[in-house]
Amino acid sequence: MTGGRGGSIGGRCATFGDGVNTDVIMPGRYLVSIDPAELAEHVFEPLGPQAQARVRAARVIVAGRNFGCGSAREQAASGLAGAGIVAVIAASFARTFFRNAINTGLPAITQPELAGAVADGDEVIVDMTAGTVSANGRSFPFPPFPDSLLRILQAGGLIPYVAAQIRAAGAR
Amino acid sequence: MAATFAEKLLARAAGVASVRAGEVVDAYPDLIMSHAASWRCIRMLERLGTDRLYDPDRIAMVMDHNSPAYSAKTAGDQKLCREFAAAHGIGKFYDVEAGIAHVVLMEAGHVRPGMLLIGTDSHSTIYGALGAAGTGVGFSEVAATWVSGCLWMRVPESIKVTIGGPLGAGVFAKDVMLKLIGDLSADGATYCSVEFDGSYVEGLSVSERMTLCNLAMELGAKFAYVPPDDITRGYLGQRGLPRGGYEELFPDAGASYQREVRLDGPALGPQIACPHTVDNVRPVEAVAGTRVHQVFIGSCANAKYEDLAEAALILRGRHVASGVRLIVTPASKNVLQRAIADGLISVLLESGALITNPGCGACAGDGGVMADGEVTLSTANRNFRGRMGSYQSEIYLASPAVAAATAIRGVIADPRDLAPVPVRAS
Repeated sequence: MTGGRGGSIGGRCATFGDGVNTDVIMPGRYLVSIDPAELAEHVFEPLGPQAQARVRAARVIVAGRNFGCGSAREQAASGLAGAGIVAVIAASFARTFFRNAINTGLPAITQPELAGAVADGDEVIVDMTAGTVSANGRSFPFPPFPDSLLRILQAGGLIPYVAAQIRAAGAR
Repeated sequence: MAATFAEKLLARAAGVASVRAGEVVDAYPDLIMSHAASWRCIRMLERLGTDRLYDPDRIAMVMDHNSPAYSAKTAGDQKLCREFAAAHGIGKFYDVEAGIAHVVLMEAGHVRPGMLLIGTDSHSTIYGALGAAGTGVGFSEVAATWVSGCLWMRVPESIKVTIGGPLGAGVFAKDVMLKLIGDLSADGATYCSVEFDGSYVEGLSVSERMTLCNLAMELGAKFAYVPPDDITRGYLGQRGLPRGGYEELFPDAGASYQREVRLDGPALGPQIACPHTVDNVRPVEAVAGTRVHQVFIGSCANAKYEDLAEAALILRGRHVASGVRLIVTPASKNVLQRAIADGLISVLLESGALITNPGCGACAGDGGVMADGEVTLSTANRNFRGRMGSYQSEIYLASPAVAAATAIRGVIADPRDLAPVPVRAS
């Protein structure tokens, strides 16, 4: 997560509908890689070059229900992060994607109204501390993350978070 | 207070007296499964800066996707896993010959009632077939759990699905689940634990219970569960796990459910999930006649011995339609051995099928992929765009019986229209 605690994150958004699955976000043939930069080239490839260009121009994904359904592949989340996405805001998430997003340091924010209130290219700003998303002069609340998940996001994901804990335990 | 299966199980896994839906607990999985993603877990472990594992006996690795290796990169990834397992004393390591992780682990007796399992595969809900709780996670989370032994889990709400039986001829667990997914939609059970119940479930084979629990993932479920009974105990007994050697967990009468769903089994016919979502479900009659180029009988949903037998019953004495490729990928080495021993494989070969090595195969896009404009009818659990090759191809999902009938006709067909060909006594 960029911006740090108390800061705002966001930028232009790319919008998607309901039921966006992880095969579409990151096709299985590319799972041989775990490099976010390499994965980023293939994000949304099945939807064609136009969809990919929309995502490349965006910092935030806004979507409908059940975003990230399907496979538990973590690269769906890390590939989006690699493509410069700083937050995904959806009406609801599949639980595997939600966990993977947090664990790769990508905020996955549940907000049911935003998808109906923004269009491609609109500016979307997330205030993680206040628990609000702002777009087009409106403010949309979301339940703030529990501290345990915020700590993982602030560390940049689960692996850097646990690595820091292990180092701290070793130094004691 | 009365508790659901999920509440009892997560209380046990967290070492506390009781938990309620909505609470977050630190749960200790009894088994941590990783499949083709194992090498990614190992790379994450390296980043953690430690290789002290909480308990190597709680780790299982199965090389099921991309197997045997098709590139030097994949071969290197698998080599890393082999060497890691040997160096860290991971006894539950299954190499490329074994088959699909879920089926392999259940057949080997590593899955018992009351266990909590996590796996790098979303279809880990399948372990509910033996009264265990399984759920999918990413590779970072597996690596962290290898070290810490635990992970945070939200105690899920539960949904009770009661299925009346029996099903009609030519109708199977796959049809039950496709109907449910179509009715409830692909997020109908998101974050929930799905408990199966009813007269249909009570008499059901472990194989069909696996299909129920596997497909529950396509409702978004966190766990799936079939109450253990004598069928479960018999299955475990054959795998060296005697009664009393495990703790069966049952929901209390009066436990609280977010939703209760009933399905009338006897009224159900074969169901088809149409491109490109699993909840785009229609009765077979609505899509019968759709031309296919390939039929795939495989995956953790429907490539068990019973699934192959179902298909062979229809394929025996018949031949696959001209211009159609029938690919059969047994779920495991054990399934393949049994199917060879009793002649099922010969029946399939004589009908024109290609038999591949056990594993995930075409479901994961490993061989058996499609060209532009092609259509596959598959017994797998996902029909997302591009999952089996070209982004301009299409996947329909159905039972092994529909798959066999479709392979013979060359178009999507109703298995109830193809009575078994009488076998002449020799």
